[in-house]
Amino acid sequence: MKYTGNVIKYGDNVDTDVIIPARYLNTSDHKELASHCMEDLDSTFVSRVKQGDIITAGLNFGCGSSREHAPIAIKASGVSLVIAKSFARIFYRNAINIGLAIVECPAAADEISEGDTVEADLDNGIIRNITTGREYKTAPFPVFVQKIIENGGLMEAIANGVI
Amino acid sequence: MAMTMTQKILAAHSGRESVSAGELILADLDLVLGNDITSPVAIKEFRRLGRDSVFDRDRVTMVMDHFVPNKDIKAAEQCKMCRDFCTEQNVTHFYDVGEMGIEHALIPEKGLVTAGNAVIGADSHTCTYGALGAFSTGVGSTDMACGMATGKAWFKVPSAVKFDLTGKLRRYVSGKDVILHIIGKIGVDGALYRSMEFTGSGLASLSMADRFCMANMAIEAGAKNGIFEVDETALGYMRGHGCAEPTVYKANDDAEYDEVINIDLSVIEPTVAFPHLPENARTFAGIGEVRIDQVVIGSCTNGRLEDLIAAAEIMKGRKAAKNVRVIVIPATQKVYLDAMEMGLLRTFIEFGAVVSTPTCGPCLGGYMGILAAGERAVATTNRNFVGRMGHPESEVYLASPATAAASAVTGRLTSPWEVAEL
Repeated sequence: MKYTGNVIKYGDNVDTDVIIPARYLNTSDHKELASHCMEDLDSTFVSRVKQGDIITAGLNFGCGSSREHAPIAIKASGVSLVIAKSFARIFYRNAINIGLAIVECPAAADEISEGDTVEADLDNGIIRNITTGREYKTAPFPVFVQKIIENGGLMEAIANGVI
Repeated sequence: MAMTMTQKILAAHSGRESVSAGELILADLDLVLGNDITSPVAIKEFRRLGRDSVFDRDRVTMVMDHFVPNKDIKAAEQCKMCRDFCTEQNVTHFYDVGEMGIEHALIPEKGLVTAGNAVIGADSHTCTYGALGAFSTGVGSTDMACGMATGKAWFKVPSAVKFDLTGKLRRYVSGKDVILHIIGKIGVDGALYRSMEFTGSGLASLSMADRFCMANMAIEAGAKNGIFEVDETALGYMRGHGCAEPTVYKANDDAEYDEVINIDLSVIEPTVAFPHLPENARTFAGIGEVRIDQVVIGSCTNGRLEDLIAAAEIMKGRKAAKNVRVIVIPATQKVYLDAMEMGLLRTFIEFGAVVSTPTCGPCLGGYMGILAAGERAVATTNRNFVGRMGHPESEVYLASPATAAASAVTGRLTSPWEVAEL
């Protein structure tokens, strides 16, 4: 799986309450959730995010609630990949289960700047910053995770009989 | 092979003699839980699996607690979806208005978890049941759907941090102060992906309410689960609540822990987490004057009877400070009834508080106590992220019931030690 996009950059401990505030959890409609994504952290996110964009962030991205609405909102916003120094564990699981690509890479998360164009090949564990030419190595996705994400989520992967 | 408490439970639930940190396992589940926010997403996913029925109607439970009694039309529709599903599936433990309580107070109270169980819940605070010596962890809705269909979930076996507790808590200091102190020490990712295992001679002085509160907030340190060594207090609770026969797992003496942290309970002071992270823990020395607008006493963290007793003790015979709105939310119908019979509701109302039906409402900024821009609340809840209780420019200070009550008396962030001396 390869992803190419422009980077939107955030800091440490981006929590699920800012990714999708609980006041919008009275729906599970993907588009509606996306329309409030990052609202309490960055009110410009929804208007500037483009299909394929990549989020980079610091430590403990997605901490807080178990709401699957958080990775759903990010994915439905058009974001193709989240690169962080680390992820909160429930968010990590949820993102894979719904087919949002995520990867831990502290060096890339540190050095990549807002607006850079980045290309990531997660099957081979390579992240390349096209803007600066720097390259970073990550642990490649295990095959079952690759299959889940390629199929669009755990349920699709089960339904398609690939895992 | 030497194992932690958590590893022993996971081994027993995956048909293995032993497991070690980092292994991926498929575990049998004793209980799969959801609420009115997460279950609708899980039900949609469950339908896509094409299964006719849940794996065991006695071991799937849904609790309508976040936005009920329904806060708006959309919330009503989400609850209706859960209600219809549980009726169709003949789910035994479906808790709706009238029987419901905040899930993590209700599930133990109903005796649905026992020591040695493996539990997943589509709510991050599912880690609460570790107080009973169970492995219990929060997951998302897709995992809940798979759990409902198969009674199984995959896990990466966690390594662990051991907390060796000694000493005894001082007056007006509770489990909430201890866990805020611990999160302040290790940070909001201090136990990321790992278990927090609580043991030691200090356990004896902790009530079950203290332990539920501490296990509840393990997630605020990033932990996969929090778990307490089972002692006579825990066994007594399980006997008193009709829990299934407990299976008690003790860690081996030579079990491998990433870290052992010693906590002397006798030196813990009333502790508050300042905005906007639970790790911003501070004691009262030199905090200055922090004026407040609202106090919330309740939630899955601190809405149990012991919590209401602690608050009422401070409030009795006193009045809420002018311009401070005080909201008390018993966590379950039983807590509500017990509080009524003990006269606590009278104390709250005469103090100037409102007493609500059980709901998660204000804790997550849903309803029943939303903050305006610039307002500050002292809350016995578990998170103080930006916008957690309302406007992104509002602030939440996390504290114990005694500290919240003391702050309601003075109108500023106040130690219960100060008010008790007045």
